[in-house]
Amino acid sequence: MTRHLQYLGLAALALSAVAVSPAQSAWEPTKPVEFIVPAGTGGGADQMARTIQGIVTKHNLMKQSMVVINKAGGAGGEGFLDVKNSKGDPHKIIITLSNLFTTPMATGIPFSYKDLTPVAMLALDEFILWVNADKPYKSAKEYVDAAKAAGGTFKMAGTGSKQEDQIITEAMQKATGAKFIYIPERGGGAVAVQLVGGHVDSTVNNPIEAVAHWKGGKVRPLCVFDSKKLDYKDKIAGDMSWNDVPTCKSAGLDIEYLMLRGVFMTPGATPEQVNYYVDLFKKVRETEEWKKLMSEGAFNTTFMTGADYLKWVGTEEKRHEDLMKAAGFMAK
Amino acid sequence: MARRGQSAASAGPSQWSVEIGVALATTIFSIIVIVGSLKVGIGWGAEGPMAGFFPFYVGVMILIASAVNLVQALPQSREDLFSEWGQLRQVAFVLIPTAIYVALIPSVGLYVMSIVLIAFFMRWLGKYGWPLIAAIAIGVPVITFIIFEKWFLVPLPKGPIENLLGY
Amino acid sequence: MEEIGNLFHGFATVIQPFNIMVMLVGILLGVIIGVLPGLGGANGVAILLPLTFSMSPTSAIIMLSCIYWGALFGGAITSILFNIPGEPWSVATTFDGYPMAQKGKAGEALTAAFTSSFVGAFFAVVVITLVAPLVAKFALQFGPAEKFAVYFLAFCSFIGMSKEPPFKTLAAMMIGFALGAVGLDQVTGQLRLTFGFETMLTGFDFLIAVIGLFGIGEILLTMEEGLSFKGRAAVINSKVVWETWKELPRYWVTSIRSCIIGCWMGITPAGATPASFMSYGIAKRISKNGANFGKGEIEGVIAPETAAHAAGTSALLPMLALGVPGSPTAAVLLGGLLIWGLQPGPMLFVEQKEFVWGLIASMYLGNVVGLVVVLTCVPLFAAILRIPFSIIAPIILVLCAIGAYSVHNSTFDVVLMLVFGVVGYVMKKCNYPMAPMVLAIVLGDKAEESFRQSLLASQGSLKIFFANGLVGTIMALGLIALFWSVISKGVSRLRSAPAGRSA
Repeated sequence: MTRHLQYLGLAALALSAVAVSPAQSAWEPTKPVEFIVPAGTGGGADQMARTIQGIVTKHNLMKQSMVVINKAGGAGGEGFLDVKNSKGDPHKIIITLSNLFTTPMATGIPFSYKDLTPVAMLALDEFILWVNADKPYKSAKEYVDAAKAAGGTFKMAGTGSKQEDQIITEAMQKATGAKFIYIPERGGGAVAVQLVGGHVDSTVNNPIEAVAHWKGGKVRPLCVFDSKKLDYKDKIAGDMSWNDVPTCKSAGLDIEYLMLRGVFMTPGATPEQVNYYVDLFKKVRETEEWKKLMSEGAFNTTFMTGADYLKWVGTEEKRHEDLMKAAGFMAK
Repeated sequence: MARRGQSAASAGPSQWSVEIGVALATTIFSIIVIVGSLKVGIGWGAEGPMAGFFPFYVGVMILIASAVNLVQALPQSREDLFSEWGQLRQVAFVLIPTAIYVALIPSVGLYVMSIVLIAFFMRWLGKYGWPLIAAIAIGVPVITFIIFEKWFLVPLPKGPIENLLGY
Repeated sequence: MEEIGNLFHGFATVIQPFNIMVMLVGILLGVIIGVLPGLGGANGVAILLPLTFSMSPTSAIIMLSCIYWGALFGGAITSILFNIPGEPWSVATTFDGYPMAQKGKAGEALTAAFTSSFVGAFFAVVVITLVAPLVAKFALQFGPAEKFAVYFLAFCSFIGMSKEPPFKTLAAMMIGFALGAVGLDQVTGQLRLTFGFETMLTGFDFLIAVIGLFGIGEILLTMEEGLSFKGRAAVINSKVVWETWKELPRYWVTSIRSCIIGCWMGITPAGATPASFMSYGIAKRISKNGANFGKGEIEGVIAPETAAHAAGTSALLPMLALGVPGSPTAAVLLGGLLIWGLQPGPMLFVEQKEFVWGLIASMYLGNVVGLVVVLTCVPLFAAILRIPFSIIAPIILVLCAIGAYSVHNSTFDVVLMLVFGVVGYVMKKCNYPMAPMVLAIVLGDKAEESFRQSLLASQGSLKIFFANGLVGTIMALGLIALFWSVISKGVSRLRSAPAGRSA
């Protein structure tokens, strides 16, 4: 391992030497850029990274190619450690989900956002409370009342253990007094299928993970965990649009949770290098394909860079720490 | 060079000692597994088994199986050979260069080490002429480079020489 | 029938010169990917995905799915020639495929493997064509308990068949389980058995273990026995394909059984790997030649290959209909669909008829084209064995190192591969079976995960494994498979007591 690190350091040194040499002109990648996904294939982060890869290639936004690499080991710890240990290599960026905060807290794997160089927030992913369409619950309140009456036998499926889905489940239990059995699955797609198959009572899937089943009339959205309704007014299922989903707060479930879909790069990156990627993502956001992904998945399209972004991430980490502590999810 | 079968007079480590060694190694392995499982908890909580529950019993089963294997191996004949020394030397001919190859990949890079490994084998074991050696030892890594780095964009470990060439 | 009409419309789409060309390119790339350890189908699909944006979605998906077929075919090649399975579902192919190659029958083994792949995949496509909606509904029945039952059945039908001493088998299998458990525990989100080492986070990947145990281990064994591959006498025979084909119809029962096992395991989310092991295990028990399995029996190649590819193919259906990918490759295909604005799910079959039936039509044709391509290459592949050991061995070592490295881009894994190589060599010499160990590494953590998910859902009650007809039936089948091995042993012992193998 030490050899491995030495090598990486060496390579990084040599590379940064090469990278810095054309001094005056703006920085550009000199070899293929690795886009690390700290999650498995097929999940929300992976879909977004691959869409970006597609957009970059299709519109020729970068002279070098972009390669998406999944490093999902240890709840994403593998990917974050790789970026953390590649100090000074400007050809490695990583897309994050909430495991940027939750993985170090729950497993003790040593990394934090402070070890990485922030690039940009691309979007925020929403969470919606879903139930099977065959069930009678029409509102979050009806569902929570039924869960309370059932006395802790209702099952909630979610992605991973001690991650965002379980944090929301925990918050729901705190807010309502209802008890849920939380069942961890490997990915958002599998979670949605468990709901469609009737093996669990509800999920808190991201919109994009469940939208296909909603269109097919298999699941029903009850409320969105955000302070305001979603902006997207295109009809999706029957005469319902994302905009017709009420907020959970209005249903008496005062919980807000948004998940960061942001990009970081290796530590020790220069401002020119960061700016290159910021510009790249600005261009990506202008494309039709990106807008389509945003509306399909009902994303919150807030874009942030620099100090704002860093501050937002800092606040978010603190919030996760409180949530994780309250839920008893911290590693011993 | 190639000696097949076993000549009765030749010497080597006995099958007995290797069997015992393997059984002891699996015993040590099982203890590591058991210790690791105890660290994360082996209980059966209200929500089903804890993280260490399965590994713990798996470790216990390895321990039991190792013990049985050990007991069964002990009375075996000590005459049977595991392998002749000459044969083991053959194995070492592959194993030691490969170990060096693996050890040097991180610092020297995979491509350069592959050239060395292939050339070494062809020269030492195959006694080929240098032109053929050069063709294959350089050709294979170059083809590998084209397929992995150029077509499929899979980065492989590179060292100072590749860096000098601009990769 | 409406489906048939749609399918013919699909064929019309696929049989355009451009699409046929795209198909050939896809197959050839796929075979390269399948042959080289370290390049999975996911690599190829992911890298080529951007290139396909200039095509229509139908052409693009034809190309990508043909890479998938090519990789499926290609995976068997290294298993048979060098004992190195490039994909989990090719492991069972090595059991008899490699011994066949050692006996100089590499051509026969390759022909049997390719043909069986084709038969399995073709059967699965027919199933998809005829009963797609039903199949999707069936897949939805599988919750954690049902999944565990399927894994349980796969284990039960495979174990108990090894000739090695029972406690060595037990030790090997349990070591596999222990290795599979290293890393993150999916259910509690805790790290376990990592002892604080960062390199252990990702656990022991199957591919690294297999490349070491089988590939490197085999090179060490060959060295010990002298400098030659036993298969060097392989006669290059251009008629080998026809001659093998004449043999194959004899094994039609095995083929059909394997097709059914494969489809069933593919639609239930268990996938191709357990399907291949299960099919091999059952064929070994039922076949008249069962005792010869593992020594180079052609039936031992047919059974796992047919099942693996029936499963690999039918697994695409849940992906299209439910949006749940069954393999990393399928996951990347899924990503491709999304970029083209095709949302997999129940509505895909309604809203995107042309695309779906084009894809299904391309499955038929892609398979046929793939089979023709790989069969023409059989003599070429078999000829690789004539390359002298002192040239081919270092090349294999290099490819193994690349394969191990590219799993996690970690040089530590290359070291691990070499360690597994030495372990594999010693294990083989000491009569420890490797197959149960590999099966345990591949399936152990998944089986444990679904077992614990089930217990979470039932709040600790084991009754959940017999709670409904489906899960109960599968569990009962598993128990019968376990029990049956004892019975059949007893029966055969009674029947042929004097002819027992010499100890």
